Amino acid sequence: MSKQSMSSWLKNGTPWVWLNAGAVSISLVMVIGLLGLIAVRGLSHFWPPDIVAVNYSEPGSVPITLLGEIVDKETVSALRLKNAGVDLPEGQSAGQRYLLKVGNRDYFGLDFRWINGPWMMEQERPEHVVAIERREWGHFYGYLAGVKESGEWIAKGDGAWSELQKRLERSNGLVDEIKQIEKNEIGEINHGLESLRLEERQLELEGVETGSLQHQEIAQSRKDWDEKYAVIQQTLGDLYTSLNRDQMMMIISDGREVEIPLSKVVVAYQPNAMSTIDKLEFYFHEVWKFVSGDPREANTEGGIFPAIFGTVMMVLIMAILVTPFGVIAAVYLKEYATQGPMIRLIRIAVNNLAGVPSIVYGVFGLGFFVYFLGGNIDELFFQASLPSPTFGTPGLMWASLTLAILTVPVVIVATEEGLSRIPRNIREGSLALGATKAETLWRTVLPMAAPAMMTGLILAVARAAGEVAPLMMVGVVKLAPALAVDSIAPYLHLDRQFMHLGFHIYDVGFQSPNVEAARPLVYATALLLVMIIIVLNITAISFRNRLRENSKASEN
Amino acid sequence: MAERSSIGSVLPAANSPIAKRRRAWREFKDHAARYGVAMGGVSVIFAIVLIFFYLLYVVMPLFSGAEIEIESEYVLAENKIVHLALNEYNDVALSVDMAGEVQFFAADSGQTIVKPELPLLADKQITSFSHGDYTTGVLAYGFDNGQALIFKREYKITYPDDKRKITPLITYPVGEGLFNVDEQGRLLRALTVQSNEEQTTLIGLSDANTLVVLGLIREEDFMDEDVFTIEEMRTEITLPEGENITHIQMDVDQRELYLVDDEGFLTYYDISVITAPNLIQKIKAVPSGVDVTALSFLTGGISILVGRSDGQIDQWFPLRDIHNNYTLHNVRYFKDQSSPIVALAPEYSRKGFVALDESGQMGIYHTTAERTLLVETLADNGEVAIGLSPKANGVLAVSKTGQATLVAIDNEHPEVSWHSLWQEVWYESRDKPEFIWQSSSASNDFEPKFSLSPLIFGTIKAAFYAMLVAVPLAIMGAIYTAYFMSPKMRTLVKPTIEIMEALPTVILGFLAGLWLAPIVEGNLPGVFSILVMLPIMTILTAYLWTKLPAAWRESIPDGWEAAILVPVVVFIGVVSMLVSPTLELWLFNGDMPRWLDEMGIGFDQRNSLVVGLVMGFAVIPTIFSITEDAIFGVPKHLTIGSLALGATPWQTLTRVVLLTASPGIFSAVMIGLGRAVGETMIVLMATGNTPIMDFNIFEGFRALSANIAVEMPEAEVASTHYRVLFLAALVLFMTTFIFNTVAEVVRQRLRVKYSSL
Repeated sequence: MSKQSMSSWLKNGTPWVWLNAGAVSISLVMVIGLLGLIAVRGLSHFWPPDIVAVNYSEPGSVPITLLGEIVDKETVSALRLKNAGVDLPEGQSAGQRYLLKVGNRDYFGLDFRWINGPWMMEQERPEHVVAIERREWGHFYGYLAGVKESGEWIAKGDGAWSELQKRLERSNGLVDEIKQIEKNEIGEINHGLESLRLEERQLELEGVETGSLQHQEIAQSRKDWDEKYAVIQQTLGDLYTSLNRDQMMMIISDGREVEIPLSKVVVAYQPNAMSTIDKLEFYFHEVWKFVSGDPREANTEGGIFPAIFGTVMMVLIMAILVTPFGVIAAVYLKEYATQGPMIRLIRIAVNNLAGVPSIVYGVFGLGFFVYFLGGNIDELFFQASLPSPTFGTPGLMWASLTLAILTVPVVIVATEEGLSRIPRNIREGSLALGATKAETLWRTVLPMAAPAMMTGLILAVARAAGEVAPLMMVGVVKLAPALAVDSIAPYLHLDRQFMHLGFHIYDVGFQSPNVEAARPLVYATALLLVMIIIVLNITAISFRNRLRENSKASEN
Repeated sequence: MAERSSIGSVLPAANSPIAKRRRAWREFKDHAARYGVAMGGVSVIFAIVLIFFYLLYVVMPLFSGAEIEIESEYVLAENKIVHLALNEYNDVALSVDMAGEVQFFAADSGQTIVKPELPLLADKQITSFSHGDYTTGVLAYGFDNGQALIFKREYKITYPDDKRKITPLITYPVGEGLFNVDEQGRLLRALTVQSNEEQTTLIGLSDANTLVVLGLIREEDFMDEDVFTIEEMRTEITLPEGENITHIQMDVDQRELYLVDDEGFLTYYDISVITAPNLIQKIKAVPSGVDVTALSFLTGGISILVGRSDGQIDQWFPLRDIHNNYTLHNVRYFKDQSSPIVALAPEYSRKGFVALDESGQMGIYHTTAERTLLVETLADNGEVAIGLSPKANGVLAVSKTGQATLVAIDNEHPEVSWHSLWQEVWYESRDKPEFIWQSSSASNDFEPKFSLSPLIFGTIKAAFYAMLVAVPLAIMGAIYTAYFMSPKMRTLVKPTIEIMEALPTVILGFLAGLWLAPIVEGNLPGVFSILVMLPIMTILTAYLWTKLPAAWRESIPDGWEAAILVPVVVFIGVVSMLVSPTLELWLFNGDMPRWLDEMGIGFDQRNSLVVGLVMGFAVIPTIFSITEDAIFGVPKHLTIGSLALGATPWQTLTRVVLLTASPGIFSAVMIGLGRAVGETMIVLMATGNTPIMDFNIFEGFRALSANIAVEMPEAEVASTHYRVLFLAALVLFMTTFIFNTVAEVVRQRLRVKYSSL
């Protein structure tokens, strides 16, 4: 290219066009890269990786064998390695470091360990190495020595593995049974006793003297509950004894033989011996456990079912609240109100509210709903349980209400858009046939605007599902003791606090003591949340597109 | 007509009662719907507006002044009361007079509750009295023979029959005996006392102008804490001839002693070692012609308040300079009263105080907020003793003639003022005025520091860096997508970028804090090389593209440049990360964060760079989609006309399209800014949340929104902290609302303009 053509190339703006194209490419790479990152990390969490046995010799100390999963590796400059005491061969500017998950936190102190590549000797993947997911202390890696029953050897060596699986099934069954009893029957008793206490307090407030008939009744039913409790206590005791019968003996990487009670084992598997098909089966089993299970170990392990349930409940209640109000407000603004500067102003204000930071709604929710409304409701209706608040504390009800206020502008805007797309002639036709305005609205206009309302609702739900900041103030907790729905009347407990996927991510990622161990789980949770939200959004967008096409078609 | 229409019709005749009834019913339904919808609509709009007013309602009490209300008035006997104190519930008062009479009485009626007998000797005259810090309740009498008696007020609270019962009593922290302050038995002209569990210090000014410092160390028997021995330590300080001390005050920690003489000199002694008192400074505290008329410590014993004869009140505290020497500084003053100040009563737990002047006017002040909350007449003249209640919600005044007034004070939030929220405040023990946000602290004598400035600064900093990333990317991307991109690609790209908007920010925050921050820290040179290389490589690719054989170029239609650049972008990213360690080794000795540190630039792992990148990412879709709409909406005949006149597409874009769409782009940026300002989870998770004021990109900050999220759940309802957080929310609300309104109005105008073109 000659000098002149170069300058004209610059002058006609082609490089600028390319720069603009570059901005699009960067944005695209970022979005797709981010989604890909979440997807890869989230999905790989459940895959049982091979366990490697590494001979590791740090200069100046005895070589040791480490057993674990390689979870991460990074390239480190020679200088940084040198600062860590690792000398690389001449001419090599960078070396590798590996993050090994060695598990066995109760024996090693830490379950992750950075090891330097240059010090790693031979690696192997021993076939019979066992990985154990435990109820406490995280993962365990080691070799199975045998199985014991009440301290007596039952199986050793080759037969031990099948014996172990058999007994594991039994112990897991027992654990489930115990959990059921503790949750349902003991929960019922506690609830019974608590309501008796409240009844008693109510009597006291009403000034009924002790020794009256009511008091005697309360005492009688308390006695009944206590008797029931004693029976259940007995059953539970038996179950626990039977649960604690079996132990497994394991040899860990430094040669120690340790005992693990089977009651603490969730699952034991031999990843190196598993075929890809086995691993896939294991994978989907793990995914199911994650979605349906309860959290363990301060949420860093186990499932996230309560968080999914809490999110869904909150969003459902919010949707029930937000739809009628949003639609009514939109109908009022579009159909009934006299269009003028005032309405224009209100419309701008409503539009803007969608842009007001969600944290502001949280502050409002806490101050107005929780402390003001909730406090007054407690004063009026729950006098007996004061000073411990019933509704005067963050809970599901207030969280849903707060998010309803936060998302109502979304529904209003979408519904208004839908209403304005309905051609005039349809309305006029209906009115000309003698229908009243209300009938026109109810029979013709609203059904036609239904997809728009649906779009608004879905967008509102998607926004609500992803919000965390306001929820932190009005009802979300790290660990909710009970779900909002259970078998005790009134079945739906709007005053209870709940768990939420988004808050779960924040809490486990930033507030848990062992972030390293919890990180894969956070990625998995994030993936689930992203999927929910993207699916909701795509549904809304496709609804909207179809609506636009329909309205175009009807205009033509 | 009516008959005919009814024939053969399923409908009833128009005027038949059935039809009438049905019409009425339909009309009713129509009306009901009209009013129902109107009511529903208005109430939803009302609920939305309620947010603003509720926030305002919670915030308002912060800025209201104090109010007083007379609760009861009664008459006591004529007296020489020198000290008055109220208990926590404002129901029991204590009076101490110079005749040695101590009396607890009902604060609202003056009825005597108990009159404890002090172990006084009949032949000795009380010559001086001192009260220790109000929170400790220690009191002392000095006698004409150089002896002193230390006693203490206490309230025992019991709950017989679930009702509160207060039993006031006098105790003796170092025993019932009298202590010889002046060993030579000279009269004690003035006295000051302080006492705590271990040590009690008495400082007496004897007749011979000698200060005697007497330290009493209490050592408890380890078997029985009621049995103790007292170890005495004593020194004497001879004051210069002719110095006439008028006021003497010791701080609650028994480390500092302040004297004031009749010429207005303030003398500051360090008495932390009792046997070796140390004169630190003697300074003229008031101008000539003005006298010091009152002297009192602020609670905490760091600041000293000087009441002057011209009605001004000065606050002094010692500052340590770089040589570790202390000097006194007059930090602030209040001049809202005009008569000589006769009494100063500090609040027990806040840095506020009450001042009484000679004309009987009472002023309520707060030092750090620099607020005068109230000046009102309390009594006919200044000849009254006043006692402030521990919660600072009541004051009792008893005049010499026995006129007693119990006044309730409503003064909930004196510590916040416009000044303390937005301007630099000189806090105690700080060497200069500063902006500090510190709402909670481990120490006991803690003063909350509510300056919103560092938080606002943090918010602005976050928004600035986010916009730095987002604005160019989003606007340029939108220009390309709307104007150059092929329609087919556009249908794919636009929804992809718009999906970004729906990504929960908690996920972005998590990735920023736990994934991006360590990567950025470890590959800092790589990150910067990406920023530099991206535009360069893009231009280079564009240039190389023209060099490619025409057949290749034509295989890809116009409007797909962005797709060609995707591999380039990925390539630059990967290569930059790979060469990062090498670059770091060459340029920064292998460790850029440390290198920065050595250059004097602080580095945090969770810093503004990370926030800028991630929050920029979060804001891009907002700006992108509005800008894209604005550009795409520019009427086609404008661009076609320009092109027809021979302008290149780029010239058409810059001279016609962008000019027309510029209001839309402006409103996109405003809405993006609003989002960046209010974003919570990203700033909460990706920064260290330290409220510092430094624009360094490698350091963190604490944003308004994150601060609310962190502190709101712990704030006590209706406390100052709670209301200040509401104020922070209100500020956020107003800011974003204004941004959005401006943007919305601009957009509405643009729409009108487009439709008229």
